[in-house]
Amino acid sequence: MARLARLELSDGEIEPMARELSAVLEHIARIKELDLSDVAPTSHVVEMTALLRADEVRASLPREVALAQAPAVSEDGFLVPSPQA
Amino acid sequence: MSGTDVLELTAAAAAAQVAAGTLAPHELFEAYRARAQADRDAGEQGLGCFTWVAPQDRGAGADAQRGPLGGVPLAVKDLFCTEGVPSQSGSRILEGYEPPYTATAVARLLEAGASLLAKTNQDEFAMGSSTENSAFGPTRNPWDRTRVPGGSSGGSAAAVAAGLAPWAIGTDTGGSIRQPAALCGVVGLKPTYGTVSRYGMIAFASSLDQAGPITRDVRDAALLLAHMVGRDGCDATSLQAPEAIALPSAQRLDGLVLGVPEELSGEGIERGVLDCFAAALQRAQQLGARVQSVHLPHAPHALSAYYVLAPAEASSNLARFDGVRYGMRAEGAEELLDMYTRTRHDGFGAEVKRRIMLGTYALSSGYYEAYYGAAQRVRTRISEDFRDAFGQVDLMLTPTAPTVAFELGAKTSDPLEMYLNDYCTVPMSLAGIPAISIPCGLSEGLPVGLQIAGPAFSENRLLDAAHALELAFAFDGSAARVR
Repeated sequence: MARLARLELSDGEIEPMARELSAVLEHIARIKELDLSDVAPTSHVVEMTALLRADEVRASLPREVALAQAPAVSEDGFLVPSPQA
Repeated sequence: MSGTDVLELTAAAAAAQVAAGTLAPHELFEAYRARAQADRDAGEQGLGCFTWVAPQDRGAGADAQRGPLGGVPLAVKDLFCTEGVPSQSGSRILEGYEPPYTATAVARLLEAGASLLAKTNQDEFAMGSSTENSAFGPTRNPWDRTRVPGGSSGGSAAAVAAGLAPWAIGTDTGGSIRQPAALCGVVGLKPTYGTVSRYGMIAFASSLDQAGPITRDVRDAALLLAHMVGRDGCDATSLQAPEAIALPSAQRLDGLVLGVPEELSGEGIERGVLDCFAAALQRAQQLGARVQSVHLPHAPHALSAYYVLAPAEASSNLARFDGVRYGMRAEGAEELLDMYTRTRHDGFGAEVKRRIMLGTYALSSGYYEAYYGAAQRVRTRISEDFRDAFGQVDLMLTPTAPTVAFELGAKTSDPLEMYLNDYCTVPMSLAGIPAISIPCGLSEGLPVGLQIAGPAFSENRLLDAAHALELAFAFDGSAARVR
């Protein structure tokens, strides 16, 4: 599960995490007591009609501004380690 | 006018004096700036309310007219992106991040004449009920420094209670405005979902997150909210409320029917809080309201549904923090996946990791329907419960939080115990309806909050009822002010 969430957990972190998550899941499991077979799942809490803005061409963030907060950049892009190093 | 006199003014009163020309906005700003900076400079000896304090007033010319908010200084929860100002949602993973744009809610308040005073401490990514889960360290409760201010908007609530900021904004996903307001003895309002744009709020759970005011009194809350609301082209879930926010003036509750949901006003709530709540109900009756019991049969399941839905949305929202575009990156990784996992290991705190894991699990193949699907169905039931109950009553009253402020560290080792803080506030969040917390008395010398909830878009009715009750309670918050 940690791999799926792109999280690394150290050996010392795994046991408490498992214990705490089990306790929370046990509490959550109480909703299984309810008969929900004829209930529709919520999609929006407040009824609203689709609100679309006009499709107008607008300037986006300048490249140097978008890159300014990155930990590493190279030329005109974000710099990351190779996926297959 | 001397510095201490300025601190006695509500924000609305200060704005009125600026408009009348009897108070210079730069003097007001400097009085608060000095107090906020002193708290920051005091380190662990202070309250730890702020993550950043403005070096100077960035408002228009010194004594120029400053719009309806009169240049009154505003404290903003860290998670609101603020152009050129550190905004890291209380997390190490966004260390050093200075956004290139400003959140709509903040931009609107600044346009209306508020002056940016400071950014406030919070639980990391708004996940918590005590403001202890912050990369900046904990915030302390100004009523008793050994206790928590509540959370996640604990820095905002503590700053207003301590008189280190005239007013503030926070965000509420399951109670993160209302619960700290209750524990600090101030007013906190979570508006109807969608009335305030979420654009520029660093997201936690997008179907629940909503910004709102944290203030010294109800009138200040109305004034601040009036300038935050409205449709925004940058947030497709934002909407135009059917009526504008008005400043409340009601002094009576004649003709109003108030419901007390049995499921949220008994079991699990401590004695002292229940006593204050009972006294508040009596006050409401003396003001002319009729009080009756109502049922929200699915409310006891709200917390379970919430702790599926919010972590599920969070696990998706927080996928963007990977060390590529902003914030920190773990050193030394030679391969891309390794860089992601190590950055997220070093950058996220324990509670955030817990919720990402929980959400990833709830959304994973084979478990999706059992957890996420079931939780969305419970959410529908809770909305139906409220709809049925509001067929019988105009507004509902509950205690805001089950306890008064607890000791620092008391609940950090037991996540479930911490989650129970939101027992009375989460149902309204799931239904997307507005709710306000106002201080209604003291128990063990600590503030108790009264929550008033109404149907979607009933903010004006809510504010009027809160205003009348506030007058009757005559709560005195002066003991919390930093001298």
